[in-house]
Amino acid sequence: MKAVITVTGKDSVGIIADVAGICAQKGANILDITQTVLSDYFAMIMLASIDELKIDFADFVDTLSALGRARGLDIHTMHEDIFNTMHHI
Amino acid sequence: MINTQDVLETIQMIREENLDIRTVTMGISLWDCVSEDVNRLCDRIYDKITHSAEHLVQTGCEIEKKYGIPIVNKRVSVTPVSLIGGDCGPDGYIKIAKALQRAADAVGINFLGGFSALVQKGMTRGADAMLSALPDALAETRNICSSVNVASTKAGINMDAVSRMGSIIKRAAYLTRDEDSIGCAKLVVFANVPEDNPFMAGAFCGVGEPETVINVGVSGPGVVVSAIRRAGDCDLSELADIIKKTAFKITRVGQLVASEAARKLGVPFGIVDLSLAPTPAIGDSVAYILEEMGLESCGAHGTTACLAMLNDAVKKGGVMASSHVGGLSGAFIPVSEDAGMIAAAERGALTLEKLEAMTAVCSVGLDMIAVPGDTSEEVISGIIADEISIGVANTKTTAVRLIPAYGKQAGDSVNFGGLLGRAPVMPVKPYSPARFIRRGGRIPAPIHSLKN
Repeated sequence: MKAVITVTGKDSVGIIADVAGICAQKGANILDITQTVLSDYFAMIMLASIDELKIDFADFVDTLSALGRARGLDIHTMHEDIFNTMHHI
Repeated sequence: MINTQDVLETIQMIREENLDIRTVTMGISLWDCVSEDVNRLCDRIYDKITHSAEHLVQTGCEIEKKYGIPIVNKRVSVTPVSLIGGDCGPDGYIKIAKALQRAADAVGINFLGGFSALVQKGMTRGADAMLSALPDALAETRNICSSVNVASTKAGINMDAVSRMGSIIKRAAYLTRDEDSIGCAKLVVFANVPEDNPFMAGAFCGVGEPETVINVGVSGPGVVVSAIRRAGDCDLSELADIIKKTAFKITRVGQLVASEAARKLGVPFGIVDLSLAPTPAIGDSVAYILEEMGLESCGAHGTTACLAMLNDAVKKGGVMASSHVGGLSGAFIPVSEDAGMIAAAERGALTLEKLEAMTAVCSVGLDMIAVPGDTSEEVISGIIADEISIGVANTKTTAVRLIPAYGKQAGDSVNFGGLLGRAPVMPVKPYSPARFIRRGGRIPAPIHSLKN
C-alpha cells in the first residue's frame, strides 16, 4: 500500500529533509518524489510505501499535518486508492 | 503509476471545490424489536441501534483520514416505525421517537431517519397512530426525521393521506414556531419513495433491505461548476460529456468509501446514491451549475432544460462508477440549502411554479421551501397533490418538504442554520383547492402502471 504526500507552501531550507525525516522515523519508504519551486512557491508530491509503517496510518497523517502547521506548509497525506479509483477504470 | 495531474486534480476537487461524501448512512432493520409492550419495544430499538451503529461514526472518521476526503454526515436509517410499532397508540409512537433520539445521541449521529409510514394505498392502525403523533414527535425530538409515502405509480394517490399531511405540516410548524418552524424541515412527503435512500429527511430502511446495510450519498456541485467553467463556450454535447466524466469521478469516490465502510463495519454494501447535493456554502450550489451552463439566473426560461440535461448526464456518468446505484440519484434542488437557489428566489427569478416544473426532470421535489405561515392546510395539501401527481404520472420519485413558517409573510425569510440553511418565504396562490382536497379517496393509478 502506498501513500501520496503532497506539500505546498512558501519555499525554505529543509522541507524535503523534514518530510523525509518523518517518513524514515515512522517506517514509510519513499518511492518517488516530484518537486518544483516556482517563484518561491514550493510544491512536492511524494509517493511512499506504508507497508512497514510503525504507527497507525491516521497517526502518520496527523504527524505530517502537524509538521505542515509548524512550518506554515500545506501537507496532505492520502491513501493512493483514492487517486487510482477516481482516475483509472 | 500515480500521475501528478491526477493528484493535483483530486486535491483541488476536495480543497477548493467542496468535493465530499455527503453521508454514510447505515440502514438498520428493526423488525426483530417488535413487542406488544411499547416500553420493551423502545428498549429493544435503543439496544439494536446502539449496538449496530456503535462504530459507525468512528469508522467514518477513520476513512475520512485515510483518503483525505470529508465525510460530512454519518447517519442511521431504520425500518419505518409505523410497521413495527403496531397498535401502540399516539403516546406509544412519541415514546418510540424519544427512544430513537436517545439512540441517535448515544451513537453520535446528526440525523436518524425512519419515523415513517407507507400509506400510498391506505392506512393501518399503526400508521394512523404514528401520523397522529407526528407533529409532537417532530417538536419533541431534535434529530429524528420523518417521511410519509402517500402515493405510488402502482397504487395511485391516497388523497385522504395528502389531506391529512396538510394539517400535520401546519401543526408541526406551529409547535416549532420558536425555531422558524424547523419541525417541518424534518418531514418529507413522498410519491414512489425509494427504500434505500441515504439522504435525510427521507431515509429509512425499506422492507426488503438486509439486517444492516451501508448506503452512501456523494456530492460535488462545486466540482461540476468548475469543470463547466473550465470548458468555456463549448456546445451542449461536449458539456454533457464533461458533466458525465466529472460525475464518474465523484461517484468512484463514493463507491470507494462505501466499500471500505461496509468492509470495516462488517455490513453489506447497499447502494451509492448518485447525487448532486448542494449545501449553503458558496460554490456548492446546483443553481450555480445551471447558471454556469448559460442562464443569467436559475429560474430563467431554459432552467428546466438545463436541469434535465444535468440530471441525465450525472446518472450516465455515475452509473458505471458504482456497482450498485440506488436511492434518489440525481440533482437535488432544496431551496434553503443552496446559495444560488436562495439568491434566485430573493431576486424573484425562481418561483414555486418554476420549481414544480424543475422537479419533473430531477431527482427529488419541492424541497425546503418556506411559504407564508397563514397558508391554509388545504393549500398545502394542494401543493403536495400537484407535486405527487408529477411523480406518479412519470413513474419517478417526487417529494415535498414545505415549511409554512409561522408568523412569516412572503418576502420574509427563515434561518435554520447549518446544512438546512436559510429560505426566503415564497408566495403561494390565494385560490383555494379545499373542495377538491376534501373529496378524499384515492386517485387511481395511471394506465401505464399496468406493465405486466
